[in-house]
Amino acid sequence: MPAAGVVMIIAVVAIVAAVVVYLVSTIVALRRITAGLDDAIAGVVGIISKSAPVGEIVEAINHDLDAGVSLLEGLLVKKAGVADAVGLIDGLYPGAGAEGLRDVPDSATITPPRIAEVYTRGTLTLARLGREAPIAAASPNGPALRNPAYGSLAARDLYDDVRHTKPDRLPRSPLIGADSPVQYDPNEEVGRPRKRMPAAQKRS
Amino acid sequence: MTLEWIGDAVLILVVLPVVVVLLRGVLAAATAIVGSVGRIAAAARAGSADLNAAGLLVTTREQVNTTIGVVAGYGGSLDVILDDAEGG
Repeated sequence: MPAAGVVMIIAVVAIVAAVVVYLVSTIVALRRITAGLDDAIAGVVGIISKSAPVGEIVEAINHDLDAGVSLLEGLLVKKAGVADAVGLIDGLYPGAGAEGLRDVPDSATITPPRIAEVYTRGTLTLARLGREAPIAAASPNGPALRNPAYGSLAARDLYDDVRHTKPDRLPRSPLIGADSPVQYDPNEEVGRPRKRMPAAQKRS
Repeated sequence: MTLEWIGDAVLILVVLPVVVVLLRGVLAAATAIVGSVGRIAAAARAGSADLNAAGLLVTTREQVNTTIGVVAGYGGSLDVILDDAEGG
């Protein structure tokens, strides 16, 4: 065989060998791709199967919540009126009054009355007086006057008297008569507040 | 004889490199796809795992239904207790 023929055979064998090596490597890579796609498809199928009932459930939840919102809005409007209801909502959630009530479309045009401010002042007043223990606990101006466990005793602090402080000596009862130490002068006291007892004056 | 040598030269210097280059390109592309497919599969598995909590929505629906029922009962009581607004 001539030398050129041998070289050609070697070249062809080399080409075939290269083709075989690279094609086998490519086949291996494609098999890995197939396995990876099978894994991905399994994951996607899982996502689809798990998310299938989500829409229906969320729709049911929204339906129930819509019913609750309609119920509460209707009750609020029935009890407080549309304007006050909008004002109350706007007071609790500033700016929410502009959106109005869902079931009362015209409520969006109502200028919310400043109910919240009135309620807040009243609430703080009650808190200071100790007549709303849960609110008084959150009073910003010092501790609440009312003690929930001893409410009747704490209520005595509301009165301008010193008896609840249990002093050692209380002022005696006022004497009446011409020789009493405190004389009633109609020219000074008619139509005016009663004079304070000495102990009360000291306390105030 | 000369033509045979020229053919050998072309086969070794031209055909073989071209075949090798083309096959290497195909292999490189296939290898790159393997990594991408692996990441896609991992993302799909993670997404599927994240949706395991979707079953709790059934409980949420029941809880919301119960809560709305309680609110409705409470609202009905308030409707009886509180006076209606003037003109309402």
